[in-house]
Amino acid sequence: MAITPDDVLDCSGLACPMPILKTKKAVDALQIGQVLKMIATDPGSTSDMKAWTEKTGHELVASEIEGDKFIFFIKKTK
Amino acid sequence: MTEPTSNRIAIIAVHGTMDLAYPPLILATSALALDMEAAIFFTFFGLDIIKKGKADKLQIAPIANPSMPMPVPNIVGMLPGMTAVATGMMNGWMKNANVAKLSDLLTLAVEGGVRMIACQMTMDVMGIKKEDLIDGIEVGGAAAFLSYASQNAITLSF
Repeated sequence: MAITPDDVLDCSGLACPMPILKTKKAVDALQIGQVLKMIATDPGSTSDMKAWTEKTGHELVASEIEGDKFIFFIKKTK
Repeated sequence: MTEPTSNRIAIIAVHGTMDLAYPPLILATSALALDMEAAIFFTFFGLDIIKKGKADKLQIAPIANPSMPMPVPNIVGMLPGMTAVATGMMNGWMKNANVAKLSDLLTLAVEGGVRMIACQMTMDVMGIKKEDLIDGIEVGGAAAFLSYASQNAITLSF
């Protein structure tokens, strides 16, 4: 099932903590129910995005790996 | 899941070397992203982190630092200029890894509402005035930190 994101944030090349900080800002700008596609190359982002969604309560709808890119779909829940 | 949680982190920054300046700023800015609140108490050499124009000039100590990627014997590390050499190498690696500059993290922390407390006592000891520090800094003492930390904060010192 393909997910159509409402916004795309490319954090390729960025190191911790920038992907998390930028994701927070991008999700804040969404409406509830909308989905952000975030692309990162930092391997740490897999555990960081899981932790970030658990702590903030937003939903990690899906994540995938494409070559050296880690792709996350995050739904704003509140 | 009924584990007690904390939504506040209180950090003490004691050192003014580049490697020890990053963790407080990374954790405090990340805390904001996790909908937490954060405070950093800057004391002793940690005050260097918040001096105007200083953050990106903090150095790495090659002496007594066996973890340098290219280990520097102490007898070499103590030669004039070696601190600058080690710092230059480290800055190069950080840049290659695309790590945010300390000045950028500082700005994000201040603008994001991290409570930045400069230790009055060590400012007096080291002759540092409030106007020597970047904007957005509060000057306070141990009680200011403890009062903040006592409200269910995760507390760390660097």
